[in-house]
Amino acid sequence: MTKLFGGRELAARLAEQFPDLTLSSEEQYIVVPPADIEPIARFLRDDPQLDFKFLISVTAVDWLEYFEVVYHLQSLSKNHTAVVKTLTTDHDMPIVPSVVPVWQGAQLQEREIYDLMGIRFDGHPDMRRIFLWDGFPGHPLRKDFLSLPSGLQPGLQQFPRESVPEQSQ
Amino acid sequence: MPAEPYIVNIGPQHPSTHGVFRMRVALDGERIVDADMVMGYLHRSMEKLAEERTYTQNIPFTDRTDYLSAMNSNLAYCLAVEKLAGVEVPERAQVLRVIFAELQRIASHSMALGTFVNDCGAWQTPLMYMFRERERILDLFEMTCGARLTVNYMRIGGVSFDVPDEFMPAALSIVGELPQRIAEYEEMLLENEIILARARGIGVLTADQAINASASGPILRASGVAWDIRKADPYAAYNQFEFDIPVGTHGDCYDRFAVRMAEVRQSVRILEQALDVLPEGPVNVGLPLAMRPEPGEAYARIESPRGELGFYLVSDGGPAPYRFHIRSPSYINLTAMKDLVVGLSVADSIVILGSIDIVVGEVDR
Repeated sequence: MTKLFGGRELAARLAEQFPDLTLSSEEQYIVVPPADIEPIARFLRDDPQLDFKFLISVTAVDWLEYFEVVYHLQSLSKNHTAVVKTLTTDHDMPIVPSVVPVWQGAQLQEREIYDLMGIRFDGHPDMRRIFLWDGFPGHPLRKDFLSLPSGLQPGLQQFPRESVPEQSQ
Repeated sequence: MPAEPYIVNIGPQHPSTHGVFRMRVALDGERIVDADMVMGYLHRSMEKLAEERTYTQNIPFTDRTDYLSAMNSNLAYCLAVEKLAGVEVPERAQVLRVIFAELQRIASHSMALGTFVNDCGAWQTPLMYMFRERERILDLFEMTCGARLTVNYMRIGGVSFDVPDEFMPAALSIVGELPQRIAEYEEMLLENEIILARARGIGVLTADQAINASASGPILRASGVAWDIRKADPYAAYNQFEFDIPVGTHGDCYDRFAVRMAEVRQSVRILEQALDVLPEGPVNVGLPLAMRPEPGEAYARIESPRGELGFYLVSDGGPAPYRFHIRSPSYINLTAMKDLVVGLSVADSIVILGSIDIVVGEVDR
């Protein structure tokens, strides 16, 4: 069974190696500053005890004021996983250093994030759109893409046959 | 005088690209000097659509990503929602999930093997043999859930229907016949002159390259890495069954082909055990159609026929996922494609693409 390398343990390990690092940790994941993502990625990959040689996935979540880039890592020899996140400071023109020099597997995934979320990856060898054509207006996975006038949200607020406990007004 | 590279578009409408996928290659004489993967022709923006629908309403979308192994896509998504919402699945449903996932793996690998042989130049006959097996497995799906391709069978907390009475005899007869059929295919294909000439030593991916490029599934195993999520991180009822992980030695197209062939045998082994121990009991916990999981996130993954298929879900406490991300193996396995084809000829690139076994519905989503 794969073991999750918990955020607290990983944060302690990184604090030894990078004393000046400002990171926060939760039970399940750690959050590192975007500027340090490449050296941290390199350390996570090369450290014999961590050995995160396999990058499972890179993806991003739009939290309206900022973006969260999520890296899922796997060690094949130790059979443990870890989740590393980094938060962008900007929402209009977010830039995060690329991890392609560390894991080639990020190459297409970072292009996908750029295409759909609009996060630019600095140092990526081929930062172009991948699914949509050049000149497509906007980045469709952003939460503010195609927002309706007067603050309306598309879709239903409550779905049919859903049982929701009654809320006080 | 230096000649300019000659640009050739392979696809998007070309049978060898297995769907609407385009490879733009630059040629110097016969040799490929540069390659560019052009995709998005089948992009339906499923991740955005899913943010507007309930967790249950999203299950049919997962059928339409990897349409050749819809059971596996269903399963991965349901596992992610169950992890997010903390749902326990009954024992019978767990074993049924294994049975249908493995039947689907055989069907999907039959297709992969058949089309790969097609790409090598053994035109159509082996593919038709493979379709014979696949057809009977799809009949099993039809009698259980009414659909053959886009099955929509798994549910959050179990499966949608119990198997009908006629299922067990039919399944046992297929599983009983398969070892002999596989022996036939191995005899016909593994030492086949056409396949040896076209696939051996072509598209070699070393173990380190494969790991660094996040390749998974048969691609990774053909490079000699014994990594299978069914063993490493067991889900459903896989920890109850015995099977081996076939690995290759050279990491070339032939090894990928041979690994898939060996995996079909292992799937039959799992099926024999699973059909034998299938316990009685409920097949579903009967959750309401709409649910609101606590705010949080979950990543669940399975070993789909094409590799590690994962779903990353983020909930904000609402009835629909706040973020729905598919870690699709077909897409990520294409990362190494450019390095594999440069230096070879166009004909070799077709064989390499066939050995990676992409499903464009899953590449573009």
